Amino acid sequence: MPQKITIDPVTRVEGHGKVTIRLDDAGHVEQARLHIVEFRGFERFVQGRPYWEVPVLVQRLCGICPVSHHLAGAKAVDEIVGVKPSTGTQLTKPAEKLRRLMHYGQMFQSHVLHFFYLCSPDLVFGVDGDIATRNIVGIAQAAPELATKAILMRKFGQEIIKATAGKKIHGISAVPGGIHKNLSIEERDYFLNGKDIPNIDTMIEWSAEAVAFFKDFHAKNQTWSDTFAAHNSAHMGLVSKDGGMDFYHGNLRVVDSTGRVLLDDVDYHHYLDHLGEETKSWSYMKFPFLKLQGSQDGWYRVGPLARVNVCDYIPSKLANEEYEIMRAYTHGKPNNMTMHYHWARLIETLHAAEVMKELLNDPDLQKTNLITKGTKTAEGIGVIEAPRGTLLHHYRVGADDRVTMCNLIVSTTHNNNAMNAAVTQAALDMMEGNTTITEPMMNGIEVAIRAYDPCLSCATHALGQMPLEVTLIDSKDNVLDVRVR
Amino acid sequence: MPKITFKIDGKQCTAEDGQNLVEAAADNHVYIPTLCHMKGEKCLGTCRVCMVKVNGKDMAGCTLSVSEGMEVTFDTPELNDKRKALIEMLFVERNHFCPSCEKSGRCDLQALAYRFKMHIPRFRYRYPFFEVYSKVDKLMLEHNRCILCQRCVEFIRDPDTNRKIFSMRNRTNKSMIQVDYRLANKMSEEQIDKAVAICPVGAIIKKGQGFDEAYGQRKYDQHPIGYEVDGGTNSK
Repeated sequence: MPQKITIDPVTRVEGHGKVTIRLDDAGHVEQARLHIVEFRGFERFVQGRPYWEVPVLVQRLCGICPVSHHLAGAKAVDEIVGVKPSTGTQLTKPAEKLRRLMHYGQMFQSHVLHFFYLCSPDLVFGVDGDIATRNIVGIAQAAPELATKAILMRKFGQEIIKATAGKKIHGISAVPGGIHKNLSIEERDYFLNGKDIPNIDTMIEWSAEAVAFFKDFHAKNQTWSDTFAAHNSAHMGLVSKDGGMDFYHGNLRVVDSTGRVLLDDVDYHHYLDHLGEETKSWSYMKFPFLKLQGSQDGWYRVGPLARVNVCDYIPSKLANEEYEIMRAYTHGKPNNMTMHYHWARLIETLHAAEVMKELLNDPDLQKTNLITKGTKTAEGIGVIEAPRGTLLHHYRVGADDRVTMCNLIVSTTHNNNAMNAAVTQAALDMMEGNTTITEPMMNGIEVAIRAYDPCLSCATHALGQMPLEVTLIDSKDNVLDVRVR
Repeated sequence: MPKITFKIDGKQCTAEDGQNLVEAAADNHVYIPTLCHMKGEKCLGTCRVCMVKVNGKDMAGCTLSVSEGMEVTFDTPELNDKRKALIEMLFVERNHFCPSCEKSGRCDLQALAYRFKMHIPRFRYRYPFFEVYSKVDKLMLEHNRCILCQRCVEFIRDPDTNRKIFSMRNRTNKSMIQVDYRLANKMSEEQIDKAVAICPVGAIIKKGQGFDEAYGQRKYDQHPIGYEVDGGTNSK
């Protein structure tokens, strides 16, 4: 008998989503979908607000990566006050470096949160591990040293954010055309001298250990890591002018699953020429696609794996060495193995730590030329690489300085099609041919989604709860079974 | 000025005869909260948060002058709850969205809500619709945040004519501040800064400015409102 399986909501992700899987009469997976069932609608209620309020307002999209929204909004608002490199007016060096410090601090803490708090239970205890211990508390009991390091690493990143923005979550740092404060010597030394918290060198060391942790896991679980929920796709990300990884600024590059460059050196101000968005009745999250290839075939991935796939190198020593190892594993071709998101994420964590060290030792961070102004314009676009991928903010303002249009394409939204592909592949991997659905099978589906570190709140701009209910429904919508955990 | 003695909740206080009660209380380290009263300025009596009981009657403290032998009841569960209710009413009456408000951390209304431990208002939110008024060159009026205290109405005037730049229009729940945009466009930077500063909430916004100080490090992030008067000993 055909069945419909519902996982609602998906756990250990940011936000609220559900999965439905339809099985046909023979028990074959017919269709798998990730539904995003929350909605808040920032794009609408930003309208009418003063433009300088935008970077502060939009960071409320998310409690995990508010810095990304803050800075993407700020980059867009910079352009509204006439600070746009193409016009010859750009941020002062101290302002850009302080923003970068804040952003790399956030990348560091968000990646650590995701890998250790949300994903490591699946790797340490197994996808089919005991559900009672398959969580961060279980990790703390089974591997207290690992858990302690994870907590202190996250704290380090959050303290960086607090030093630049006043608060760990939802502070204020960027203002139109710059930043409102520099980093004092005292604030800087907090991160360097190791008296109050483990210092930046320790963060680099622990990040390198985290990469090694994943490589060790991979060596022991190579087949699963390489094949589970794997699927081919294009990959998109910002790269610097010379092709290096850059989380704060760059041009768009897209490569397909074989490494063919589909788009390169694209100024993100022309994103509308290259990206389209499709809506579907069963999800509040839009489905972006490359116009070059159309809505059916033009979907792509963003985030750590995509960034590693599109860049030519990583501009920091240790991370670049790990990058070379990872790229060599696929012989320099794009890596399409979904579970390798974790590998890429940890290399990025190491890179973020190295960049933070370089910035903390830069005397520009104590300078006071923090704000620039140019000739005002009516439109601004800001793009940044957020922890979960490319984040785009686009605003227009009226003559009275109020926002008239807002378009947000959030990292998780870019990954919408890819996550659905991963869910389908995971359902095929885990459920195909089975007549009963077990909890580990359900978790397997979630593991595939978790690899993307989706922030469903960001993607539709809402908050969610995390209980899990799975309902088995036949093709006539009769409820066959309900499991609640 | 001759000194007189009076009592607040039985505490012996001294003040100048005829001194404003809120200011006399502050001189005696008793913080009577207000949202409309400004030290040394004439009493407005609009917010009623300074409610006290004198001779058995609830009265706005800022409208009273102290006199010899006066006995004031201020810190009782009943009066504190009434004050808290007034603050709650101000929150539900309009659309106060603190997270992106430039005044957050410097906002008297928000600070009083924290002081009175307002977690959620007991009244239903009314969600009225207000547009941000943005036709003045250098400032905006954010009616969603206005508590109609009328500080701007009384204390911001055109220096040449002494005419009011801000005024009230409509009645009851349709009451709102309006601005004479011709006079407003003549305002100096200093006068705009003063208007922004005396607004107890974030209803008057200077265009293109703000967020120059991090949340978490602002005035009321350091100490609760009234701390300079009572050292935080009387937080309700």
